[in-house]
Amino acid sequence: MTTADIKSPLPGVFYRKPSPDSAPFKNDGDAVAADDVVGLIEVMKSFHEVRAGIAGASIRFVVDDADAIMAGQTLAEVQQ
Amino acid sequence: MNIRSVLVANRGEIAVRIIRAAKALGLRTVQVYSRADAESLPVQLADEAIEIGPPAAKKSYLNIEAVLAAAKAADVDAVHPGYGFLAENADFADAVTAAGMKFVGPSGEAIRLLGDKVMARQVAEKAGVPTVPGSNGRVSDLAEATAIAARIGFPVMLKAAAGGGGRGIRMADSVEVFERQFPQASAEAAAAFGDGGLYIEKLIERARHIEVQILGDGENFVHCFERECSLQRRRQKVWEEAPAVGLPDNIRERLCASAVALARAVRYSGAGTVEYLYDDATQQFYFIEVNTRIQVEHPVTEMITGLDLVQEMLRIAGGENLSVRQEDIRIKGHSIECRINAEDPLRNFMPWPGTVETLSVPNGGGIRFDTLLFPGYAVPPFYDSLLGKLIVHDDDRAACLDKLRDALDRLAITGIPTTIPLHSALVADPHVRAGRTHTRFLEHWLDTDFAALTRAKEEA
Repeated sequence: MTTADIKSPLPGVFYRKPSPDSAPFKNDGDAVAADDVVGLIEVMKSFHEVRAGIAGASIRFVVDDADAIMAGQTLAEVQQ
Repeated sequence: MNIRSVLVANRGEIAVRIIRAAKALGLRTVQVYSRADAESLPVQLADEAIEIGPPAAKKSYLNIEAVLAAAKAADVDAVHPGYGFLAENADFADAVTAAGMKFVGPSGEAIRLLGDKVMARQVAEKAGVPTVPGSNGRVSDLAEATAIAARIGFPVMLKAAAGGGGRGIRMADSVEVFERQFPQASAEAAAAFGDGGLYIEKLIERARHIEVQILGDGENFVHCFERECSLQRRRQKVWEEAPAVGLPDNIRERLCASAVALARAVRYSGAGTVEYLYDDATQQFYFIEVNTRIQVEHPVTEMITGLDLVQEMLRIAGGENLSVRQEDIRIKGHSIECRINAEDPLRNFMPWPGTVETLSVPNGGGIRFDTLLFPGYAVPPFYDSLLGKLIVHDDDRAACLDKLRDALDRLAITGIPTTIPLHSALVADPHVRAGRTHTRFLEHWLDTDFAALTRAKEEA
């Protein structure tokens, strides 16, 4: 089994939920497809979707909801 | 003036602008800041600075308790809210006043009244200001709404009563689309603004955005002529001018008089802006909304009138009457402002914060750069992307465009992408030079002319 990282394409604030009252896009342990949205990045008041980019059996987030993140920082690990 | 100190409840270029105006009037300045802004220019320039919370605006610049606590701790006489954040929050204005300080702006009551799009429209109608054909207030029933839309004629816009700044607006060009959009728009407005109220307006297809600057002291009311802000992307202004290009004098007179009538109707106090749509084809103007604060684009008005609007706001808050009478305010020359954002125009305007390596600002008569930047400054990702505003002034529009082209050539910011290349392309565009623009011009131009320019550059 290999692990791959989902890295942030942008600096900003990472959100795991589409809105504050919604369920997270993905929970730890969920399977992901490459095209799945795993979070949103808010940068300068605009929101950008983050897609997994890789498929895998299980995702594990390494940053929390609403954490400030840098471009290139690992957001989650995916077990393939 | 009965104030000696002011708290700046904002950040960025407008905070810098307010500090400069306050210092010119001899006021002590206190800057609030979030942890992300500890190194920012306004914090360096102010006499004192007080941290009010973490980077997220909700926990700092939008936190009424935190801002008020800072104002009380600093024992200031007045609070200037700038634009955005708490600037049009009536509860904040009331809280500042209740704490015994002056709010630099109109009363909470006036903000509440004019901030509600439906009530503002009724105020405008009563003052004799033409409004866009539409529903007379909120509509909640789909059948009633559909009947109104059919009477006005498609296309129509569905607008959230509590919306603003271009948010909460949908378009419908037929009954079928309208019936589908109405419930969605209402649910969306309820989610976004906590108020599902909607109203309906006719869509003016080739409209220009023209707005009138007003000043009032509660007894005297003047206009400082109009600005044109037709160049917009995603309903955000990109480039602004004063006066409006080719507006006939008799229309200008009626337009500006209508804004003063509205100000008088609510006994307005402070600086404000009455926004209109202008239809070139019919020479009709229609009221859209009132912004009860200083606007980003206020410098173009200052350049053509010689007034200092921010100083004027502070003097009004300090209990003084307006320093000018209507007959003292005249248009001199032409002015253009370009908003320089931390966005990459070659990558679909992706916002991109980062550290500014070098900054080279053009100087010379009739050139002004209002900015939050300095070399080495790390632009934080938490706030809007506005880095600065390049403003030029000259005797007429043609000379102004030439000066702007030259100033844009000499303005250099390295380390982060900016929208300077967009403005350099706009200033060279024949449609822009001829003033043949409207509110939907820029997005189309970006997809066609600007896309072609970018491709040509990549190939070369």
